[in-house]
Amino acid sequence: MADTTMAYAHSDPHRLRGIPHAAVVHEGPAPKRIVTGFGFWIFLLSDIVMFSCFFATYAVLVDQTAGGPNGSELFDLRRVAVETVLLLLSSFTCGLANIAADIRNKPWFQVSMAATCVLGLAFLYLEATEFADLVARGAGPTRSAFLTAFFSLVGCHGLHVSAGILWLLTMMAQVFAKGFRADIGRRIMCFALFWHALDIIWVAVFSVVYLLGSKP
Amino acid sequence: MFGKLSWSAIPIDQPIPMIASGVVGLVILGVLAWVVLAGHLPYLWREWITSVDHKRIGVMYTLLATVMLLRGFADALMMRSQQAVAFQSQGYLPPEHYNQIFSAHGTIMIFFVAMPFVIGLMNLVVPLQLGVRDVAFPTLNSVGFWLTATGALLVNISLVVGEFARTGWLPYPPLSELTYSPGVGVDYYLWALQISGVGTLVAGINLVTTVLKLRTRGMTYLRMPMFCWTTLASNLLIVAAFPILTATLAMLILDRYFGFHFFTNEAGGNVMMFMNLIWAWGHPEVYILVLPAFGIFSEVVSTFSGKPLFGYRSMVLATMAICVISFMVWLHHFFTMGAGPYVNAIFGIASMIIAVPTGVKIYNWLFTMYGGRVRFDTPMLWAIGFMVTFILGGLTGVLVAVPPADFLLHNSLFLVAHFHNVIIGGVLFGAFAGYAYWFPKAFGFRLHEGLGKAAFWCWLIGFYVAFMPLYALGFLGMTRRMQHYDVPEWRPWLLIAAVGAIIILIGIAFQIMQLVVSIRHREALRDRTGDPWDGRSLEWATASPPPVFNFAILPDVSGEDAYWSLKAHARQQDLEKREPNYKDIEMPRNSPTGFICAFFATIMGFALIWHIWWMVAAGAIGAFATFVAFAWRDHDEYVIPAKEVARIDRANIEERRALISLAGA
Amino acid sequence: MSDQFSEQHRIDLAPGDEGEGGVGLRVLGYVVGLGLAILLTATSFFVAGTDLVWQPSIPVAIIVLAIAQMGVHLVFFLHITTGPDNTNNVMALAFGVLIVFLVIGGSLWIMANLNQNMMPMDQIMQMQR
Repeated sequence: MADTTMAYAHSDPHRLRGIPHAAVVHEGPAPKRIVTGFGFWIFLLSDIVMFSCFFATYAVLVDQTAGGPNGSELFDLRRVAVETVLLLLSSFTCGLANIAADIRNKPWFQVSMAATCVLGLAFLYLEATEFADLVARGAGPTRSAFLTAFFSLVGCHGLHVSAGILWLLTMMAQVFAKGFRADIGRRIMCFALFWHALDIIWVAVFSVVYLLGSKP
Repeated sequence: MFGKLSWSAIPIDQPIPMIASGVVGLVILGVLAWVVLAGHLPYLWREWITSVDHKRIGVMYTLLATVMLLRGFADALMMRSQQAVAFQSQGYLPPEHYNQIFSAHGTIMIFFVAMPFVIGLMNLVVPLQLGVRDVAFPTLNSVGFWLTATGALLVNISLVVGEFARTGWLPYPPLSELTYSPGVGVDYYLWALQISGVGTLVAGINLVTTVLKLRTRGMTYLRMPMFCWTTLASNLLIVAAFPILTATLAMLILDRYFGFHFFTNEAGGNVMMFMNLIWAWGHPEVYILVLPAFGIFSEVVSTFSGKPLFGYRSMVLATMAICVISFMVWLHHFFTMGAGPYVNAIFGIASMIIAVPTGVKIYNWLFTMYGGRVRFDTPMLWAIGFMVTFILGGLTGVLVAVPPADFLLHNSLFLVAHFHNVIIGGVLFGAFAGYAYWFPKAFGFRLHEGLGKAAFWCWLIGFYVAFMPLYALGFLGMTRRMQHYDVPEWRPWLLIAAVGAIIILIGIAFQIMQLVVSIRHREALRDRTGDPWDGRSLEWATASPPPVFNFAILPDVSGEDAYWSLKAHARQQDLEKREPNYKDIEMPRNSPTGFICAFFATIMGFALIWHIWWMVAAGAIGAFATFVAFAWRDHDEYVIPAKEVARIDRANIEERRALISLAGA
Repeated sequence: MSDQFSEQHRIDLAPGDEGEGGVGLRVLGYVVGLGLAILLTATSFFVAGTDLVWQPSIPVAIIVLAIAQMGVHLVFFLHITTGPDNTNNVMALAFGVLIVFLVIGGSLWIMANLNQNMMPMDQIMQMQR
């Protein structure tokens, strides 16, 4: 599709007039990288809308403890702080991997992705132990509506991280086997978007759930 | 080993579902046997099942919708006949069966008729109208279709294995919680909708990206045909609203499968949160369905009036206004739930405000017709029928948007009449108009006009006969979903409504006949020009059916009504004689990813419904492996050489030139 | 081949793609982003646990800090800018944010109003027993 567009673009007299006019004179279909990235961007927005439902439900149910423990009795802020730092660092290494992919540097790409993976797994480990600990203390998701909403919201983020790690490993394998092909480059771009978006969700989670919830 | 599944899940003692599904099963087996024996299977596999061509996928979506329409309409006939006979008696449908029927009717008609119908038409037409060769994500498009088909399949499996939900088309808790619905019916509903919901989301992302990023040269936003605008608005709504449905159903799933307390009566759960969330999706959903229909009517009215659309910019504005306001009115579905007067009043006023842009549209269509040379072909008849019917439905809608009135009318048959009035009169008439209008584009021959008109009149009259009595019944105090009743005043109205359903049945029979007759006489009805209606937008600029690459040379657009100006231009200057400079065209390769993925999704959904956990894992791993295998492909495109493009295009231009010289003479 | 072309296609950018700049500059962007994010996170955690500020202001402060940090992520990690090459991405983001705002705000408002007007669910259940 793009080759025909290119032919048009070169013969286009308006292109030389610069950006303000380009918005008026449409140049034809966008290149694949933009199409793919934009489509994934739309998906991310829909995912964030889904999270917003879990946030809304959490906010509605947060006081419905049914006689069970509330957040300030359960949350361990030090653990949350460590989790946050892990995710922030993984976002950073993910960004490095993205740059490495753009300049087609395989070793740096694999090292950065591996670091992202380790940080993500460490985050998941902390979250899993937190959940296991809560369940062991009799504060599992079936205890009260508050805990139901808490486990679902935080667990939904955790599931996304798990899916991200599965994707990450697939991308490492693909780059190892096929190198930086154009379509693989697009997938790496989408993965980076996904991973950064999860970080944004986590900012909302630790602020709304843990920090606000730890207030008695 | 097989979870909750056992032989007792098959309702051998209930004759109606057994006979119905037996007949359907035999028909499917017969068709399959014919396909295999006649050697059509390789063709079907190569050209349709694995196809990533947006036109083919659009046709398959529409086919799925029409087949499911028959299923959903069979449910409607059963309900109407049950209520016609169940006066002071039990009728012929026991309550638990009747409840499944009205639940299945609503679910099927919204999710597996209306949705695939409009998505199919958008898929088929939008890339053509934008003057491009495909949608943004062709393979994902195929995945989306097959996942939708999976959902439809699961709903139909529930007919034979187990049961369907008895909760209505939206499974309100606490009735839908495990305590009150211990069977698998609600699980069938939940997983069918979760899987097809993923498919719908994929289709939405795909079409939004297509409209925003893939337009031919010169096709600026304000030169797009109206249908592209409504497609954009509708798919933005899909992308924004369907995640809400996914989240809400996921919460109900967690309640049912793991004993969570989102919507339970115990442990602080809040059932009202379900109504709140489901309608935060549900109201935009209404506009997801009706906006594409508005687009279709805009195209049809302007084409058959021979005039550009009146007030194009106001129409664009109205469409985008609806797109945003539709997210601000959802409380009007539960005025009676107990919110205070302030909340009710504000949402009531917002609901009336959203009627304004819709009114703008109606006037635009009327002014488009005014002064035009209106041709009354079948698509135009549907459009006029729509305008009359939809205004009526809109007015009753404004009526129930008044909270005090709604307290009287809530959950009565008045409401049922209202939403059928807008969905049949709006969405379904729109889908039929689009079907008649674009059928020649998709298949290269027109539909039989006489039979189409007969079908239209049966549908229109049948609709009024079937649903006007329901308004009256609403005023007489009859609530919806009644399996039997003892009030003699209701009886005559219900008998009239049953007659209306039969008239609609005749309309459907005419539509089936129309299709059969048209296929038989396809040579006589052939459209050789690619432009059977004297159209105005770019889909008519290519052959019927279009070649796989749609346009040999991507068109260059210089104004609104792109093809109309192109035609006028060609007539004046005879520019078409110039031989274009053909180039090789790259097209995406076909891929079985969608079909295989849906196969695993079906297995997974079925296993989840029956708690067969090892099969769930197998299905999930299979689906993931399918995607990895797809990602590992080395060649995702193939090249159509310039010579081949030139051969196909020259043939098209020859016929077209003949048309233009004929018109000039 | 279409990707080489994207170099010349200046009027539009994929979300997450940066306009220009060498590797060093890009890494620097991520370093700055990481620094700001950690700073804001630390402030959030500090504010949540401190007795030094007026207590009722704490939730507001936490929300404001969270929004600021989301902004930092969007700018430094997702490279969303106000440039004309990002118009579509920003418009889509704005639409998404509007929907999120409507869903969360609307739900909270409706449910709070319901609770005001009606007895809490568990008390209704008590009455039915």
